[in-house]
Amino acid sequence: MNRHLLSASDLDRDDALLVLDTAAELAALTDRAVKKLPTLRGRTVVNLFYEDSTRTRISFEAAAKRLSADVINFSAKGSSVSKGESLKDTALTLEAMGADAVVIRHPASGAPDRLAHSGWIGGSVVNAGDGTHEHPTQALLDAFTMRQHLAGGKGDLAGRKVTIVGDVLHSRVARSNVLLLSTLGAHVTLVAPPTLLPVGIETWPCEFSFDLDSHLSSTDAVMMLRVQRERMNAAFFPSAREYSRRYGLDVRRMNALPEHAIVMHPGPMNRGMEIAADVADSDRSVIVEQVTNGVNVRMAVLYLLLAGAQLGESEGSDRTAEVVAP
Amino acid sequence: MTVSYVIRASRPLGGPSVDIVISDGLIAAMGSSVDVPVGARVIDAQDCIALPGLVDLHTHLREPGREDAETVLSGSQAAAAGGYTAVFAMANTNPVADTAGTVEQVWRLGQQAGLVDVQPVGAVTMGLAGTQLAELGAMADSAANVRMFSDDGKCVHDAVLMRRALEYVKAFDGVIAQHAQEPRLTEDAQMNESALSGILGLRGWPAVAEEAIIARDVLLADHVGSRLHVCHVSTAGSVEIIRWAKSRGIDVTAEVTPHHLLLTEELVRSYDPIYKVNPPLRSERDVHALREALADGTIDVVATDHAPHPAEDKDCEWAEAAMGMVGLETAVGVVAEAMVSTGLLDWAGVAQRMSVTPAVIGRLDGQGRSLAVGEPANITLINTSRPYLVEPRALRSASRNTPFAGRSLPVSVWTTFYKGALTLDEGVLVGQAHNEGSAV
Repeated sequence: MNRHLLSASDLDRDDALLVLDTAAELAALTDRAVKKLPTLRGRTVVNLFYEDSTRTRISFEAAAKRLSADVINFSAKGSSVSKGESLKDTALTLEAMGADAVVIRHPASGAPDRLAHSGWIGGSVVNAGDGTHEHPTQALLDAFTMRQHLAGGKGDLAGRKVTIVGDVLHSRVARSNVLLLSTLGAHVTLVAPPTLLPVGIETWPCEFSFDLDSHLSSTDAVMMLRVQRERMNAAFFPSAREYSRRYGLDVRRMNALPEHAIVMHPGPMNRGMEIAADVADSDRSVIVEQVTNGVNVRMAVLYLLLAGAQLGESEGSDRTAEVVAP
Repeated sequence: MTVSYVIRASRPLGGPSVDIVISDGLIAAMGSSVDVPVGARVIDAQDCIALPGLVDLHTHLREPGREDAETVLSGSQAAAAGGYTAVFAMANTNPVADTAGTVEQVWRLGQQAGLVDVQPVGAVTMGLAGTQLAELGAMADSAANVRMFSDDGKCVHDAVLMRRALEYVKAFDGVIAQHAQEPRLTEDAQMNESALSGILGLRGWPAVAEEAIIARDVLLADHVGSRLHVCHVSTAGSVEIIRWAKSRGIDVTAEVTPHHLLLTEELVRSYDPIYKVNPPLRSERDVHALREALADGTIDVVATDHAPHPAEDKDCEWAEAAMGMVGLETAVGVVAEAMVSTGLLDWAGVAQRMSVTPAVIGRLDGQGRSLAVGEPANITLINTSRPYLVEPRALRSASRNTPFAGRSLPVSVWTTFYKGALTLDEGVLVGQAHNEGSAV
């Protein structure tokens, strides 16, 4: 694996499977009463969050702590950043404090790339969501969840049909999912009004469509993206109600899905907008499970980036032993 | 007593080699094996092409207001080092160059620096706000003798205001230089809108935002019978519109920057803001269309859009960074690589597009003249046997935001004469000495 995880495209099929397999092993271990592993004892992970994201920050924090890493949470609000400190100076500060990994969430697309490649810091950089670019660990937890339900928890997602619905234009989740899922062999279809699909969508490794209903019966997993109501004011669609009618997942549409299909959402949800409450709370929904899997996947990523050398060289069941004994 | 010079064996416009004698600020003689006047300095220039001093229609000198990025003096030094003998200083300073007082201030600072003609460009609208015409006539009548007006950095997007500006400057043979960027289509835009912007998650800057304004403006210029100049054309579609307008006899001229002749949006993949610029770097197809247009005359001139920024405005995340690149010192080298090495343009063509025509568009007397006896000795020697390795730290500009760092360009600017005085002497700037001289 690369030293950094900036984009889902950093992962080839073997890397992606290694993360998912490692996450599965870690999940088995952390099912125990004592959830903590000593693997990253003495290592420092910084959560550098320039955007409010309680869910992702807590997930990374839990992941690092379960691996016994020291965790420093740095949020832009109420910090030196709110006094005008630049990303560069913040990075130099973190480097001086000896950060082994920096998990960064930033509103500017490409900020993690800058952090990783400008020579400001020496540690690993994990992209926890940058602007409208990517969110690779979200894609990993989504793939993990799909694999549990659709592929017996093993191997890749070859031939599985995934439909991702909503504001693709502004969605880092969609970008990372398209890249990772296609790497894993799944067939992805993006569904959105034409205004919410980016220019050049025809060059992406997926299909796209403007019509949700025609895809439901052949879908194994449907992922609903959050649609911000403000988009309506920028003329991306006429009204929340019209959006919901054409692209929302209601009970009628859920019933058109095959029996085995799962319903996903990266959160936070707009109930009644892109997803009906009855759907979100139905037994098709794996939304809460996604959150649980997020911790395990992030543990795997931190583990592989910070202690990965030993693991990458080992095979099969030996891995588990090495995870336990650092 | 002024110093005389003999430029030995350079090739004017790339033609046969001749000697050029400079005396009293003028070209005193030309020919093979001329007599060397007493006390004259002989400059061996057998590796050099001689061009009329270059004229840049589009320079940001930042003074007044952002002297940390550039001053009239440091910008003049960069210009001399780049082979320029005249630059048009854009109006988006602080305060904006929208009054006779401000343009005269910039003009005087240029006189004091004494390295190039610093010809101020006046703002079209008060404060570049796009709502009320600036006092264009007062700027035209001032000591700065302004003929070119531009809100560059911002587009005069109000159609009525643009129409009035085009009409009004006819009274003094002015020209409106439009920064063609439809503002609503480019809100918070970060890079060329393309498949790549979709992948990178950067807000797109569609070609149509430039082309729609150019289309409107050539029709307005036609309607009111006035002169339009289009700044930094960057798309193949814009080229088509300008070609159409010229074929209709519309009085439009256009410029292209060196960076749009060489660089593509692929560089944005690095998220390094050194490549962030307005208009944005476009596709390879656009680059080729721009080169062809410059070769066939659809695009009239090369203008640098020299835009200095301090390091901290580029050493940050993409969205936070300032737009712009310095360009004065690399312009000739980049044009040589994009246009001359490719066979699209000869050196006579370069002289036309980087000296003669810009001076005509900007109505700047004494610049862009032919290399002939009796003409002002504004001369640039381009050394074709010495490549130029671009090192940001070695730039004479006060800023170092060049996208060409580490590149080797095929030629270097060797020597520059401004009104018969050396401003660049075999690659070494002669700033201070001349500065003292001009103060006398």
